[in-house]
Formats: sequence, structure tokens, C-alpha cells
Amino acid sequence: MTKIESVLRPGKLEDVKNELGKFGIKGMTVTQVIGCGLQKGHTEVYRGAEYNINLIPKIKVEIVIKDEDVEKVVSLISKAARTGQTGDGKIFIYPVADAIRIRTGEKGNDAI
Amino acid sequence: MKKSLMRSVFPLAIMFLLITPGLAGASQESAIDTGDTAFVMISAALVLIMTPGLALFYGGMVRRKNVLSILMQCFIIMCLVSVQWVLFGYSFAFGPDLGHIIGSLKWAGLSGVGQSPFPDYSATIPHQVFMLFQLMFAIITVGLIIGSFAERMRFPAFLIFAFLWTTIVYDPLAHWVWGVGGWLRNLGALDFAGGTVVHISSGVSGLIAALILGRRKGYGSESILPHCLPMTVLGAALLWFGWFGFNAGSALAANGLAASAFMVTNTAAAMAALSWVFAEWLHHGKPTMLGAVSGGVAGLVAITPGSGFVGPMSALAIGLVAGIICYLAVSVLKTRFGYDDSLDVFGVHGVGGTWGALATGLFASTAVNPAGANGLFFGNPGQLLIQLASVVATWVFAAVLTTVILKAISLVTSLRVSADDEEQGLDLSQHGEDSFADLVIGAPSMSSFSFIEDRAPVLKESSAGIQH
Repeated sequence: MTKIESVLRPGKLEDVKNELGKFGIKGMTVTQVIGCGLQKGHTEVYRGAEYNINLIPKIKVEIVIKDEDVEKVVSLISKAARTGQTGDGKIFIYPVADAIRIRTGEKGNDAI
Repeated sequence: MKKSLMRSVFPLAIMFLLITPGLAGASQESAIDTGDTAFVMISAALVLIMTPGLALFYGGMVRRKNVLSILMQCFIIMCLVSVQWVLFGYSFAFGPDLGHIIGSLKWAGLSGVGQSPFPDYSATIPHQVFMLFQLMFAIITVGLIIGSFAERMRFPAFLIFAFLWTTIVYDPLAHWVWGVGGWLRNLGALDFAGGTVVHISSGVSGLIAALILGRRKGYGSESILPHCLPMTVLGAALLWFGWFGFNAGSALAANGLAASAFMVTNTAAAMAALSWVFAEWLHHGKPTMLGAVSGGVAGLVAITPGSGFVGPMSALAIGLVAGIICYLAVSVLKTRFGYDDSLDVFGVHGVGGTWGALATGLFASTAVNPAGANGLFFGNPGQLLIQLASVVATWVFAAVLTTVILKAISLVTSLRVSADDEEQGLDLSQHGEDSFADLVIGAPSMSSFSFIEDRAPVLKESSAGIQH
């Protein structure tokens, strides 16, 4: 099993979810995150005091899938999330030791 | 039968109820004007709502870990000053004069402050209504200072400070300017609704408090940003709304002067909001929401002392200047000197109040209020000097006594929270509460919730009983 962690533009979440849904992936964990990378931040002004805000809001989507699907899923996410501008995000891939469905006790691929 | 009896008796009873209070009022006290009384009572309630409004205005500007500390300080001020005022505060401020400096304790416990008017202050409303109206001013003045030491003062030290400040600073100042026999009143200083007493005193005291307590941890190195500007905007709206009671109510009658004060209050606030927004727009490239509401409040502050003495075009000028100089005070002056007046009590109330008090000496006109005086632009340069004297006296008095009070408290207990408590936030460290408890890890401590186990079987039995 493999965990795919994608950090995306907040506006691209629905597109990515739709593509994954069509592929048959229904389960995921979504988190609002902030971070920085190549994309520049912005300036905020409060009563004349300027602040440089370089941490930008992003969406983190975590899914765990079968090893054989990795290549296909990564290309689906990349295609759905890409605008071509800096700030499109990143995908990280991790091996997963095991997975357990708490309700039934199923393990491995059956549990995801 | 019953129904028809009800039909005939009911209207009679209503008519009786409507007539009796009128008769009773007429026979007891003929001098009371019901319109004036109703207006000033409503105005007092309007001024009261400014303090929770201020709590929202300030609360939105602090970080989320300190919101409750601001709300709590503002709310507790309402309670603390209300009690102090009844016990002896009103007597110190408005009681029979002692040496032109302070009122005597003759009216302590509101002794002699009754339902009939006290004509030296207000001939057409009950003395208690005048007393209540003035109480609301005493409350919000202490509340204003909270913004200067926000996010770092210990609650016990704050309580002692608030009590001492309202007693030693506010009460005498109110006496000087508004009390019969007060020396600034005798001098002819014009302060319709509290430019010196309320705004300069709180603004200057706020500056001193910010200097004595020192900067917040991380000031200048971390981003310390407002956590909820919509809350601040709502607070500013309540302030603007309540300010009509503050200024128009200060006419102490439902008359033309009240209407004039209402009109210049709105005009100056609107103009100042515009001038602040445009000043910031030119200076930093964006018109900001926080700038708009800050400008509105700056305009309200600046028009306060002159609200019963100036006309509409003067109000525009007062507002125009207020928005610009208050913006410069918070954005340039504060940065240059490096003090951490957290929510700009000095920049808005100290600077705006000083401008307003001096502007009254420029723009006052007896055409607006024959009981007032003319200012410099209406042929009476002397009034400006009198206003200047009242400004200087208020600055010095508030600065010296606030220093003394804070230094004295620091001998007994520490003013400031520990570095750890400040990092954690005042909501948790001072009050044991969390404003936005959307993710709290923890469970009820068993000791305080042990009754649940005792009650659980009882609940089961009773629900079983219902089923049968």
C-alpha cells in the first residue's frame, strides 16, 4: 500500500476529488494547511503597519491506495490540480506498513 | 357573560392605568419634563451599550488567545464602576464642591440624589437620571484604557488599577469640568460630552500604561494581527450608534441642541472615516476596513467636546483633520517612538481628543449654543487659550496620577503576566477559558463531575418509567 499526500491550491480540491471518485477512490482525509514554497506571499496592512505574509493557505489531501495504482493516481491528481503557475503544490509518496478497518478488523488492501 | 364583562372592564382598566401615572407625576413634581426624561434615560442606555461595543471593537483586534480577557475586562468595568459610582464615585464627581477640585462625600450612597431634579445640573429630569447618564461615561472611560495594555496585564492588577483610576483620576476630572464649582468649568472651558474628561484622560493614561507595562512579547518581531476584523466592525457600529446617546444626550433635554449634536456627531464620524481611508490608501496603497472603522471612531472622539457648540461645516473640518492626524499618530508616531499601545488608545483617543478640545476653541459658535462661547474663528481667540489650558491640565493630571497608581500597584503585586502566561494567552492563563474551543483535547475531571455516576441510574429508571 502507498500513501499519496498532495498539497494543492484550495480551489482545485473539487476537481481532484472528482477525478479520484471516477477512478473509484472514495475515501480521503482533507486538511486546511498553510505553507510556503516558490510562490511569493502578500502584504497586509493594519493601521499603517505592514506585515509580509509568506505562508499561504493550501489544502492537503491524504489517500492510501494499492501499490499498482500509484502511477495512474499521481497522473490523475497532477492533471486535475495543474494550472501551470507557481503555487500548484506538491505530491509526496510514502510506503504504508499496514492498514486496519477498525469496525471489522480487516487488514491490508481490504481495509482501504 | 364572562366574555362581555371582560370586554367592558378591560378597556376601563387600561385607561385607568394610563391616566394614573400622569396624575401622580403631575402632583409630585411639576418640573420634570417627560420627554426630556425619556430621552436622557434612553441616551444613558445607548452610552452603556458602547462598552460592550468597545469590547467587540477591541476584542476583534487582539489574537484569538486573548479575546475573552478583553471582553471580561470591559464587562467587569461595567459592574465595578456601577458599584463605585453609587457608593461614592458620583459624589466625588458631582457632589457639593470642595476647593474647586473634587466633590464632597455628602451624596455618598446616593444620599439626597432622588427622583426630583437637581436644577444646577438638569432642571427637567430626575436627579437619578442625570446620575445614571454620567455613570455610563465613567464606565466607558476606564474601558477605553484597556486597549493600551491589552494582551499582557494580570487580571488582579487590572481590577485594582480600574478601581483606583476611576476614583482618583476620573472622578476629580469630571468634577473640574462638569461639577458645580469645578475650576475648569469656572474658567469657561467648553467640553460638551467629554473630550478632555473621557478621551484625553483615557488616551494619555493609556500611553503611560503602555510605557510602564512594556511591549508585548514578540512586538516588532512576530506578526501580531487582529484575529477577527468583522467583530471589530460590529463593535465600531455599536460605538457609533451609542455615541448618539453620548453626544446628543449631553444636551440633557430632547431639544434643538440635542438635534444639532446628533447631526454634527454623524457628520464628523463620516468625514473622519473617509479621510482616514484616503490617507491610508495614499500611504500604503489599499483602503482598509480597519482603517474605515478606526477613522469613524477618531471622528466621534474629535467631535465629542464640540458637539454642542459647533455647526455642520465645522464638524466636517473637525472630522477631516481627525481622520488624518489620528492615522498619522498610529502609523508614524507609534512606529517612530516604538511604544506598544496595543490597540491605539493614545493614537485615537489621546490625539483625537486633544484635537477635538482645541478645535472647540476654534469652531465654537454661540449661534449653535447661546450657553457656550465663540471660538477663534468666530472672533474670540481667548477661548482657544482656555481650551489649551484644559488640555494641558488634563494631560498632566492623567499622566502623573496614572504613573503613581501603576507604580504603587507594582509594589504590591506584579502588573504583567509571566512570559509563559503571555505565550499561552490571557484567556487560559487568567480566566481558564477558551473563546473558540473547536478542538479541545481533554475530558471532565472526575472530581468535579462525580455526580454524573450517582445520577446515571436514576436517569435510567425514570426513562424506564416513561416507557411503561
